[in-house]
Amino acid sequence: MFLETILIALREIRRNVMRSSLTILGIVIGVAAVITMVTVGDGATRQVANEISSLGSNLIDIYPGQSFRGPGGTRSAASKFKIADAEAIEREISGLAGVAPVNGRSAQAIRGNDNWSTLITGSTNAYLKVRNWTLADGRPFNDDELRAGSAVCIIGDTLRKQFFGGQDPLGTVIRLEKISCRIIGVLKPKGQSGFGSDQDDFVLLPLRTVQRRLAGNTDVNSISVSVLDGVSTEKAKADIERLLRQRRQVGEDEEDDFHVRDMQEIVQTLTGTTRLLTTLLGAVAAVSLLVGGIGIMNIMLVSVTERTREIGIRLAIGAMEKQVLMQFLIEAVVLSCFGGIIGILLGIAASAAGAGALKVPFILNVGIIVVSFLFSAGVGVVFGYFPARKAALLDPIEALRHE
Amino acid sequence: MMADSLAASENSGPLIELKAVTRRYGSGTAEVTALQGIDVRIEQGDFVAVMGPSGSGKSTCMNILGCLDTPSSGRYRFKGVDVGGLSRDQRALLRRHYLGFVFQGFNLLNRTSALENVELPLIYRGTGARERRQRAGQALAAVGLAGWETHTPAELSGGQQQRVAIARAIVTDPFVLFADEPTGNLDSARSREIMDLLTVFNKDRGLTVVMVTHDPVMAAYARRVIRFRDGYIENEGGREADHVS
Ligand SMILES: Nc1ncnc2c1ncn2[C@@H]1O[C@H](COP(=O)(O)OP(=O)(O)OP(=O)(O)O)[C@@H](O)[C@H]1O
Ligand SMILES: [Mg+2]
Repeated sequence: MFLETILIALREIRRNVMRSSLTILGIVIGVAAVITMVTVGDGATRQVANEISSLGSNLIDIYPGQSFRGPGGTRSAASKFKIADAEAIEREISGLAGVAPVNGRSAQAIRGNDNWSTLITGSTNAYLKVRNWTLADGRPFNDDELRAGSAVCIIGDTLRKQFFGGQDPLGTVIRLEKISCRIIGVLKPKGQSGFGSDQDDFVLLPLRTVQRRLAGNTDVNSISVSVLDGVSTEKAKADIERLLRQRRQVGEDEEDDFHVRDMQEIVQTLTGTTRLLTTLLGAVAAVSLLVGGIGIMNIMLVSVTERTREIGIRLAIGAMEKQVLMQFLIEAVVLSCFGGIIGILLGIAASAAGAGALKVPFILNVGIIVVSFLFSAGVGVVFGYFPARKAALLDPIEALRHE
Repeated sequence: MMADSLAASENSGPLIELKAVTRRYGSGTAEVTALQGIDVRIEQGDFVAVMGPSGSGKSTCMNILGCLDTPSSGRYRFKGVDVGGLSRDQRALLRRHYLGFVFQGFNLLNRTSALENVELPLIYRGTGARERRQRAGQALAAVGLAGWETHTPAELSGGQQQRVAIARAIVTDPFVLFADEPTGNLDSARSREIMDLLTVFNKDRGLTVVMVTHDPVMAAYARRVIRFRDGYIENEGGREADHVS
């Protein structure tokens, strides 16, 4: 009997293709919107996470001065680090993959008539490791160059494109402000960072070269540290803080005069933000799904009025209340499920297209597909019930007389 | 369950018995009394024509007899069972198993083939698809519409539509066929065809027929006539023909 009722409902749906497709339009759009929002949002979250991890996995940055967020002291007020600080960290703290002291500044790079404003980073070979850089060509610095502060450099992909195009830059000399510098290596490109800046736009020099020939001091502006896989970043961070407090003679009840920034923290903040956005967009889309449900109710109600005579006939020839109720309810549920399925297919297509257009990874979230399908079925039950009840309670005599 | 109790009371009394039945519509000053207390007895196998002026209560009476409506007061026994004591769903079951209806406006489902229309009561009875199709086909053949199974009402003439409606009414082998002005929308030739069909079912299958008509020619097919006037039964007589002159 139940099966028969389903068959009756299916037959009614098939007989009224136009009405049926109008009914499910709201659900289709709602489900498609939810799936697209969530899928593209998930992709964006993954994208942000990927980009940050390309900056360097398990990265810890140490700056002199207090945190940006902290009250009081500014960064410049605190004393800079020295190479000895970096060396101490490397020596005394276990579980680190690399420690790179950095002295950087922006500068003009010149080759012949070409002129390019870029970022100069003075550091050691550890910088390449810590920041996940690989050489496309050439070699890293050798010990003599590092110790002597030679005029050699490794250039990022942006500068290579700017100055050399298809040519081989190795061995060429370029000017970086006051110094002429021989190119010994070229880095593989990483592309845009999650923050919108071009990561490839920089030149790496030996730390001593920058200190002596450009900055004219022995300062280290920041120290980048990467933690070995499997070692807790939290613990490394705490160890570094303890060591630096000691070295910089920060009193027991004084604030740190330096700041240790953990990439994990940033990853979490940024992915957290995109995730929140995804949730919000998904919620907006879910509201449209609800509106789709009201659309179903609306059209089902109209359809009950329109089909009053049909209902009258069914009742007169012996359909019971619950059979008419079931017929209309099943019609609503079948329709909304159908709408759900179409919406899911449409949503998958739209999110694949959207992910392609926004250049974010396309990650299909099976959970949200299942949820939106169940939700659309639920919408059918909830919003189909009222019209179905209205139909079931019709007086057969009145219904038969209805034109 | 109810089917059993009805089957058990097969031989006790008339098939249909109305006693002092009234039906009032509305309330207060707007109250209309459509039936003023009528007694009706219809035996199994009878063929009854119900006549009377417009507004005299014929349809009201038919609705009560057909268990679509209940009396305001009085008693209706169908095969000895008091219909007044049945719930809406129980009356639906009664209609489903024992009663057939033919309406004036045909009342077929649109965009639905003749065969599917005839199958409809069997679906609610839970008859299997194969048997359903077979019985619906036979019923259509019995009303002379073999070969028209796949046609929808829009593709059938008025007379054909009414015959589909009759096929739908008799496909369940009911005890009684109620027809409220079954020929009201048809020309006289088509009307006679319908009446011939009803006569055949009445004679050959022992189907009890209760039919409302305004046309004395149609009423002449019946065995007896019940006349309504202002909610009363005016007289109960034999063949309409006996009273014409
Ligand atoms: N649903 C209703 N509500 C109020 N009054 C009604 C209703 N149905 C019928 N009546 C009234 O009851 C009386 C009898 O109506 P009924 O339909 O039984 O007449 P009838 O004999 O079938 O007439 P006709 O030949 O025109 O079909 C009429 O006065 C009518 O106005
Ligand atoms: Mg009438």
